[in-house]
Order: sequence, then C-alpha cells, then structure tokens
Amino acid sequence: MATSSSLHTHLPNPSFLSPPKHPSLSHPSIIKLTNPQISHSKPLISSPLPLSSPLPLTLRRSTTTASASTTATSFHGLCYVVGDNIDTDQIIPAEYLTLVPSNPDEYKKLGSYALIGLPSSYLIRFMDPNQFKSKYSIVIAGDNFGCGSSREHAPVALGAAGVAAVVAESYARIFFRNSVATGEVYPLESEVRICEECKTGDVVTIELGENKLINHTTGKEYKMKPIGDAGPVIEAGGIFAYARKAGMIPSQAA
Amino acid sequence: MASSATVSSSAFINKVQKDVGLSTFSTQPSFSIQNPKKTVSRKIVSVMAPQQFERKPATTGSVKTAMTMTEKILARASEKPQLSPGENVWVNVDVLMTHDVCGPGSFAIFKTEFGQNAKVWDREKIVVIPDHYIFTADERANRNVDILRDYCIEQNIKYFYDIKDLGDFKVLLGTDSHTCTTGALGQFATGIGLTDAGFVLGTGKLLLKVPPTLRFVMDGEMPNYLLAKDLILQIIGEISMSGATYKAMEFVGTTVESLTMEERMTLCNMVIEAGGKNGVVPADSTTYKYLEDKTSVPYEAVYSDEQARFVSEYRFDVSKLEPLVAKPHSPDNRALARECKDVKIDRVYIGSCIGGKTEDFLAAAKVFLASGKKVKVPTFLVPATQKVWMDVYSLPVPGSGGKTCSQIFEEAGCDTPASPTCGACMGGPRDTYARLNEPQASYYTILYWNTVCVSTTNRNFPGRMGHKEGQIYLASPYTAAASALTGFVTDPREFLQ
Repeated sequence: MATSSSLHTHLPNPSFLSPPKHPSLSHPSIIKLTNPQISHSKPLISSPLPLSSPLPLTLRRSTTTASASTTATSFHGLCYVVGDNIDTDQIIPAEYLTLVPSNPDEYKKLGSYALIGLPSSYLIRFMDPNQFKSKYSIVIAGDNFGCGSSREHAPVALGAAGVAAVVAESYARIFFRNSVATGEVYPLESEVRICEECKTGDVVTIELGENKLINHTTGKEYKMKPIGDAGPVIEAGGIFAYARKAGMIPSQAA
Repeated sequence: MASSATVSSSAFINKVQKDVGLSTFSTQPSFSIQNPKKTVSRKIVSVMAPQQFERKPATTGSVKTAMTMTEKILARASEKPQLSPGENVWVNVDVLMTHDVCGPGSFAIFKTEFGQNAKVWDREKIVVIPDHYIFTADERANRNVDILRDYCIEQNIKYFYDIKDLGDFKVLLGTDSHTCTTGALGQFATGIGLTDAGFVLGTGKLLLKVPPTLRFVMDGEMPNYLLAKDLILQIIGEISMSGATYKAMEFVGTTVESLTMEERMTLCNMVIEAGGKNGVVPADSTTYKYLEDKTSVPYEAVYSDEQARFVSEYRFDVSKLEPLVAKPHSPDNRALARECKDVKIDRVYIGSCIGGKTEDFLAAAKVFLASGKKVKVPTFLVPATQKVWMDVYSLPVPGSGGKTCSQIFEEAGCDTPASPTCGACMGGPRDTYARLNEPQASYYTILYWNTVCVSTTNRNFPGRMGHKEGQIYLASPYTAAASALTGFVTDPREFLQ
C-alpha cells in the first residue's frame, strides 16, 4: 500500500510545536521552540530544507559509500538481488545485536555482517570475508522486505555496508519506518517484480527524482513508486536531522 | 508458500469481504457540528415537555463517525474527536518499553539529540527490561545491560526490571516487534525502532499512521486439544505473513471471549508475523480481573462501534480446527500437525514471550501427565519471566495430585527449567542456552547442522534460533510436548483424548 507516504504526509500541527500547554512539556529539557510561529504558516514537511547549513554528521550515518557514486537524486552501482520475505534475522542475525549502532566502531562492524543470515543457497555472498563495505550498493528484493523483528540494526547494517537504497516490491512496516527514521537507506518500492528480472552484479542506476530504475546490464528501465515526503527525511539523515532543519526541535542540543 | 491446499480447514472459513475499499476511508461523512449549543434559548415558551424527536447519534455530538477500537485509542491519544485509517497523527505515548538489545542505542540517541543533561519526558512512563541476552558470558551483551542500568539510575527510571503496571487501554510503544502482545489488554501496542524510541524518550510523542482494521471473528467451543497458538497459526496461514501489513487485527467472537488473558496474549503476540501493526482484544470481565491486582491507574475501555469500518472480516468455526504447525522457514507455512507425523525431530523448545507463559507450561505438563511417558528428545524449558519461573516450581498442575510443573517435567525427563530469558528463541550469543549451534561450536552441542526443533516460539525464519540450516516447526505447547514424547511432530490428540 502507500508505504511511501506513511510517515510524513499531511502532518498536522504537532501540539508540541505550540507554546507549552501540556504539563509534560514544561520540563526544561523538553524540546523548546525558539520561534513557534514559523512552523505554523507552511506545511512542515514539504517545505524546502535550508541548504545553507551542512548536514550534521551523526554517528549513525556513514559518510560515503565505497562503491556507489551518490548524489542527492541518483545512485549508481552494482545490485544484489534477494527474494520475498527477507526477514531481519537474515539481514542481521540476532547474535550481532550486541553491537550498538551509535558507537562508530560497532556501526562499522554491523556493516560487515549485513545479510550474513541469508541461506547458503545464496551462492554469491553480499559481503566478502573481512570487509566492512559491500561492493553492492543497491539491494533489489521482492515482497515484504524487512519483516520480523523491530531491530533498527537491520537498515543500519545495510547502510553501514554502503547500501544507498533498497528497491523492493513491498516492505514490512517497522523496517520501512526504521529506514526513514535513521536515514540509513532509501526504502523504495518498485511497481513490478524486478527481483525476477535483475541478477546480482547487474549495473543499475536509480533516478530518484524520476522514480526510475535503469538496469544497464539488461538495458531495461523500471518505474518505481514515489518515496514522497519520506524522501527529504532520509536525505537529511533521519528524523532528528530533519526535525532540526525544519525547526521542529532546536538546532543545537546540549 | 502457504500450504492452504493441504489444510482442510479452508472449507469452514468464511471471509466476508465487506465492500469497503480505500475510497471509503476518504469519503467519511462529515458531520460538522459547529456549535451544538448556540440556539438554546433561555426563555420558557412552554410548560409542556418538549417533543422528543428521534435522536440520531450524529446529532448528539457524542458519536460522530463510527470507529474501530484501534482508531478510538489513537484518536484519544492524539486528542482528536475522530480519525480515519491512513491519517498520520502525533500521539501521546503512555508507555515506552525498551530492553537490553535496543535500550542502550535508544538512550544514546536520546542523549545525542536532546543533550547530555537532558531528562526523559516522564520517568514513570518508561519500562526497561533486560531480558534478551542476560545469561551469557558474552562481554558486549553484559556491557549493554550495565549501560542500561546506568541510564536507569541516572534518569531515575521507575520501572526498571518491572513490568507490573502495564495495561490501561492506551498507547504502548516498545523497541520490540512483539510489543503487540499487550494489545490483549485492549490497548494500542506496537513495536518501533530505537531512533523512534530516542525521540519518544525526549518528547513522549510519536507520529503514527492510523491503520485500517481486519476483524477476525472466532466462534464455537474450543476443543480441549487446541490452544490460542493454533488459532493464530490458522489465521497467519490464511492471510500470509504480509496479509496484515500496516493493519490492525481485532479478535472477537465467543471463542475469544472464552480465552484467558495469557491465551489472548498468544493471539496478539503473532500479529507481527502477519505484518500487523497491532492486535487488539476488546476488554471484558477477564481483562478487568487480570488487571485487578496489577494496576491502580484508572482506565476506561473502548470498543469498536457497530458501524465501524473493517477492511475485511474473517470468520472461523473453532470447533472444527485441528492442531497446527508452521513448517520451516515461515510462520505462514501452515500444516496440520498430523500431516507432519513422519518428520523426525531432534529437540523441543518451550519458551519465549509467546510460548513460555505459566499456562504454556501447565499445558505441556498436562500432556506429559496424561501420557505418563518420558520424552524421546532433549526438551528445553525457558520461562518467559521470573514470575513464570516461580509458578513452574510452585503451582500444582490440575489433576496431578498436587505435583508442580517442574516435578512433572523432571519425571518426563526434560531439561531442568532454565532461568527466565528470551533465550534461544532468537538465537543470541553463541553460549545461549538451547541455541541451535553448529556441531563443532561446543562440546555439549547435540545438534547436527540440520537440527529439527519443535518450538512454542513465534518465528521460524532461517537462522532464527541460531544455525541457519536449523529447521523450526512452530507449534502450541500441547503439540510441542506431544512431539517431545514421540520424537516426531505429533498431534496432541494422541495423548489428550
């Protein structure tokens, strides 16, 4: 269904953007609005982000991807193809969940275990031994990608391994949400089952603005569903980075 | 995938596809009651009683649009009179639960984003439970519990290790996909990631999309060889593991009304295995009784309106169902237990949030007691909580002449019940008790690379319980105990009739 619009469309005026009236908001540490008026006059999400301030580099976000040349609107690289119902245990098995994503070393390590839980029927492995980055920067999947547990380590592991986007037929709810909240990967939806037409190792380009995926190896083009208002959140680097840029929470905490 | 062809049950499932497509959601009647009081005149014009017109619900202002339970709960939490599926709203969170796997990350994000000296939004609304990796020598796992403990002390978190005050028909979020279990109490409960949890820690709010609701009507007397696990495996087999993605699942009907609270939790626990956002069971006298000594917080139950819109309605005659399993490697890979009687198994695991409750152990003990035999494969028992663990050692099993579960398990030759934890349900560190490891992993491992396990847990994806090639059959505690006694997947009717 309309997963792409799930997070940030029709954003009502969040009551905590108004001057404090709720008792629980009176605590000094709670987000304070320096200028509550600005956010009321225009839709929060669709407003263009101020480009003047550089993206705050959060610890959870890798800076560059090894094998993907990414700009704001397109990703180019090799794809890795998986099937339906790839659950979070296959994306990052539970034994590696002791790694805390906010710790830079452990973030990096999470990447090295990305998709390690795939059955041995996947002869070409996503990660080469002793590598922290995958040579595949785009994952192509079937139905219900990311089902199973709520572990945020799943999109984080993919992001840490250098994946810029997943293109699946559909997503499990929590995985989609976590991808947007962390800004780790773009969870894009294809209109057809491209996982049956692409092969691991094909060279692909995603044109985000045009909602298009091009497989250069086969010469085919596919339409994707628009990512909608979740796009700017991922581009900003997650909900916190976005909320700061949009003035929902103060730009400098602490 | 879903082997519905092999399940003879499809004959008595009646899916009522109400003609409510997505378009219906957007065309809700707009009863705009601007100011219902404005024309009231204070002048007395008559001493007669005013004529009573039939009062339509819409004119009273009390009922505007028919809503489902889930919609009502979210409407209250977002301080709105009404909501429709698909709307995105900021909800006030009543309880945030986190544990040792996601807690340290959530607190770290909270600190990074809200400042080192920030305080959580409400120290009494956060529940922290180390339960996933706690009986392990794994250094990082132990470090994470330490980090969590430090945060809880620093933030003066009231409910560290303690989950007694749950349940007052509100909004509960947790960094665990099985948070949906507590929808059994009639509240909205769903799993979130740790970045979202970090946001909630600071603000007490989260943006949520209102899910449309699927309704499951289960009627008929439940046969004595069935448990709620069979019901939910039946449902997931029917709608597939993405059949409820982004949707609420509401369980009603005479069978559901007859279920105990723990059995209702079993139903709601596996909502996520169908992709569901949340599961709910309407509150009734069973709910009130359960909460009696567990909460002093006042609450008010909400129910779906008669005219509420459901995406679709499924009806089951429970009296005709048979014991089920979910075969490897998917929770919707449904089959009758008796159809799998030739599947040789290597072990049985009874435990986890869905299958390690007091009643689950009582159920297993009942089968062992009825058979009077010994198990033929290693049988691991991992209580879900400290309370369950104590019950296993203290509660008399009905009809046993006063024996406890633990005594019956010992006589049947099971492993000694382990300390409570999430255990091997999700694999975990390599030294986790009862984890499916590779043969060379440690000397006490009695497993082959293709170990077959009958388990009362909720997931059987590749690698879920440890080794990727492990074969997990999900089943009820009855079926698991019966299988332990024969060494094959076994229909519990062999022992219970």
